[in-house]
Amino acid sequence: MPTFVYMTRCDGCGQCVDICPSDIMHIDKTLRRAYNIEPNMCWECYSCVKACPHHAIDVRGYADFAPLGHSVRVHRDEEKGTIAWRIKFRNGKKDMELLAPITTKPWGTGFPDLSAAAAPGGDMVKGENLYNEPKYVAMNDNALATLESNGLEIKEGVYY
Amino acid sequence: MFMTNPFDALTSLISADVMQMYIIVMAVLVAGGTILDMMHKKSAKYFALDTAKNDKNAKRAVGAGEKAGLAVAVVANEVLTSGEFANTKRRISHLLTMYGFILFVASSALMIFECDTIATTTLAQLWHIGAIMLCIGGYWFWFFIRVDVNSEGAKWYKLVRADIFIVSLFTTATFALIWSYLQSGGEHGAVADMGWTTLFFALFLVSNTTLFASVLWSKFAHMFFKPAAAFQKRVAHADGGNLNLPGDFDLSSPEVQARFPDIPEYMGKNPENMGAGIRREAPNHY
Repeated sequence: MPTFVYMTRCDGCGQCVDICPSDIMHIDKTLRRAYNIEPNMCWECYSCVKACPHHAIDVRGYADFAPLGHSVRVHRDEEKGTIAWRIKFRNGKKDMELLAPITTKPWGTGFPDLSAAAAPGGDMVKGENLYNEPKYVAMNDNALATLESNGLEIKEGVYY
Repeated sequence: MFMTNPFDALTSLISADVMQMYIIVMAVLVAGGTILDMMHKKSAKYFALDTAKNDKNAKRAVGAGEKAGLAVAVVANEVLTSGEFANTKRRISHLLTMYGFILFVASSALMIFECDTIATTTLAQLWHIGAIMLCIGGYWFWFFIRVDVNSEGAKWYKLVRADIFIVSLFTTATFALIWSYLQSGGEHGAVADMGWTTLFFALFLVSNTTLFASVLWSKFAHMFFKPAAAFQKRVAHADGGNLNLPGDFDLSSPEVQARFPDIPEYMGKNPENMGAGIRREAPNHY
């Protein structure tokens, strides 16, 4: 079930607008609070639910892990490096909490040094792992298709 | 300019009674607009339903004394210091705008109602300081901070209905300052150019009336329902229901580690602080 926003808790900070991979969390033009502009396109990745500093975004979970009418809420505590879930059934009696690490290293310390890694060889391109790469990526010609190479440009901002 | 009551020169054109009546009409418009807004959005019904839902989830009763303490916390944190904002810039801008508005409105009312207990020069200074604070907070928000510009990539001049409040707020303060400046431009306290002064007074009047008369369509009423929502949220946390959110666990506690064995297995017995994560940067990568 797609995300929805509790308007009284949202302060319009834009964290969800920034993080939504489908670009469907936007700011309402009248109330300047976040809302899901296209619920059909939401695939419940929970990115906005976890990123919201006020827990103003909620999602109703599917019936395959709890009977409908339940509440599933999450708190992602980055400073502790944990993610906590609470699933409460509609009868109010079954109330479960889960806690797990989201990272085992402090933030910003785990970036791989890609410049130090060896460049991929020609045999890797022809290997079985990349056999199904789409042709438009043009890996075999050693020329990656880009916006520039196709004479395109990207406009800044969100237009709707 | 800063020491002069801007409404003094106006008494030759408009009588004090008319000005006082205008203030009363504005107050009535705010009260009426807020009530209509509440009826239109069914806010009271929503709050009652939400309170009933929270009470159902509560694990313990919150006493009257504790509720009074929570109300004090709401006043200290959410009302007086805008503590609910996650973004520091927004918080500072909101505080400037809020206190600027309070100073501006209160000193306007006191000057128009000819209050004797506070010196007119002090009130005039407060009126100008309030207007300047409103301009700084308002323009900062308008050009840089508001989410349309900061996160959505919209241009600053793109107006939407949500802008009624902020635009009428900073135009009121701007026109008020220009009007006051034009009044003080002449020699021996005389008004330098009556035409320009009247024009900016008219613009000030239009923006001010828009600000107070558009409560039903603007977000003016947030100053009443925000504290109510903050209080409700604090009560829900205090009664253990916690809005169905998970608890706040102490990772170094042996009970927590026994209950959630993943924590000591992956993060050790005393997990370190992992840093601000995605909140290291402001949300502007729309």
